Amino acid sequence: MGETRKIALTVNGKRYAEEVEVRMHLGDFLRQQLGLTGTHLGCEHGVCGACTVLVDGVSARSCLMLAVQADGRELLTVEGIAPNEEELHPLQEAFRDNHGLQCGFCTPGMLTTLIEFLGDNPDPTEREVREAISGNLCRCTGYQGIVAAALDAAQRLKALKQA
Amino acid sequence: MKAPRFSYVRAESLEQVFELLKQYGEDARILAGGQSLIPTLNMRLSQPAILIDINRLDMLKGISAGDGAVRIGALARHAEVAESPVIAARLPLIAAAMPHVAHVAVRNRGTFGGSVALADPAAEMPACVLALGGTLVVAGARGRREIAAEDFFRGLYETAREPDEILVEVRVPTEAPGTVSVFLELAQRHGDFAIAGLACHARIEGDTVADARLVYFASEDRPRLAKGAMAALAGKAWNDGTRAAVIGALTDDLDPMTNLDGGAAMKLHLQRVLTGRALDAAVAQARAA
Repeated sequence: MGETRKIALTVNGKRYAEEVEVRMHLGDFLRQQLGLTGTHLGCEHGVCGACTVLVDGVSARSCLMLAVQADGRELLTVEGIAPNEEELHPLQEAFRDNHGLQCGFCTPGMLTTLIEFLGDNPDPTEREVREAISGNLCRCTGYQGIVAAALDAAQRLKALKQA
Repeated sequence: MKAPRFSYVRAESLEQVFELLKQYGEDARILAGGQSLIPTLNMRLSQPAILIDINRLDMLKGISAGDGAVRIGALARHAEVAESPVIAARLPLIAAAMPHVAHVAVRNRGTFGGSVALADPAAEMPACVLALGGTLVVAGARGRREIAAEDFFRGLYETAREPDEILVEVRVPTEAPGTVSVFLELAQRHGDFAIAGLACHARIEGDTVADARLVYFASEDRPRLAKGAMAALAGKAWNDGTRAAVIGALTDDLDPMTNLDGGAAMKLHLQRVLTGRALDAAVAQARAA
């Protein structure tokens, strides 16, 4: 065991106080220490985007951040997107309805990336969606379904806001 | 566990950083955005004794307009630079280059200072700082010094920063009225590492290119000011003859390196193609202004 630190952070609304090895990256910490295996690790050098999480509302590669750097931060992972155990988030529903996933490996990173994007840009064009997910690799869908899902989700979220 | 063992310090002051750099020298690494450093740790390509995390040093943050120049704090994130109205208004070259820097999650954490200090040969920001004649401010226990961009980039990941110094800010002169900027990059996919790229800042009067700074990156071991091509361009009308002279001069100006993205001859060819496109665009921009 190398050097460790005590950290306190909030993940999906739940407080955690943990001792972490300083060399452990945030993605491994979420999966191995907190058991939150929804965040997927693909390349672990910042290329694939599967491990993307939101740190204080801003997207970050969890493989390119140390767990110790998340001390005092508020994180959102794919497990925290749905409002409860029974319901899906409108973005998740749109993914299901538009064939936005097949194997599901890239999905956690796609969802977190798009949560941030649709928050900043509630009425995007197709081109903007493609640019937003340009840092997330998907090898199943050819991206068509994902782009359709994101555009559909934007409409669903807008309808909810107006309701 | 992927990374090798190292010590970690979350720095609370610049003095503490100076002290640690003095003590550890080349065995220390500054952890800023971490978007280049942490991959090398995950892959065990580097094995520092200690990481000095500077992310909570507020004095290294921010972007501000001063006397004829813009101060960009070393810790300013790429995303902040991309969204900054100061940058958009005063440094259009940097604003034009920013969309080429990786992807959103990487821009959210990666820092301007980190990119300049690392001096990756394919990076956009070092080329822009050199094209605009910026100044790098480094500091350490021995004091503070300012280094012109032309003297800062020395080779492959090599800079004039000493191991006991840290880059604290970058000062870039505000682009003068009547000048134009063009940034072009070729990559396999948008956001990937560049194969060839050019940062161009020029003053064009009527049909004449009064003077231009051309900085080539990705093909070279460092961002390269193409002095021969610049001389061939100065005071000339942009026409077929000038184009041939400028493109010809690049043979001596550039020293392309072969890598996985392509051979030296192909990279020279691509830089020549970009040169023509950049000056066409610069002249069109000047006409439209």
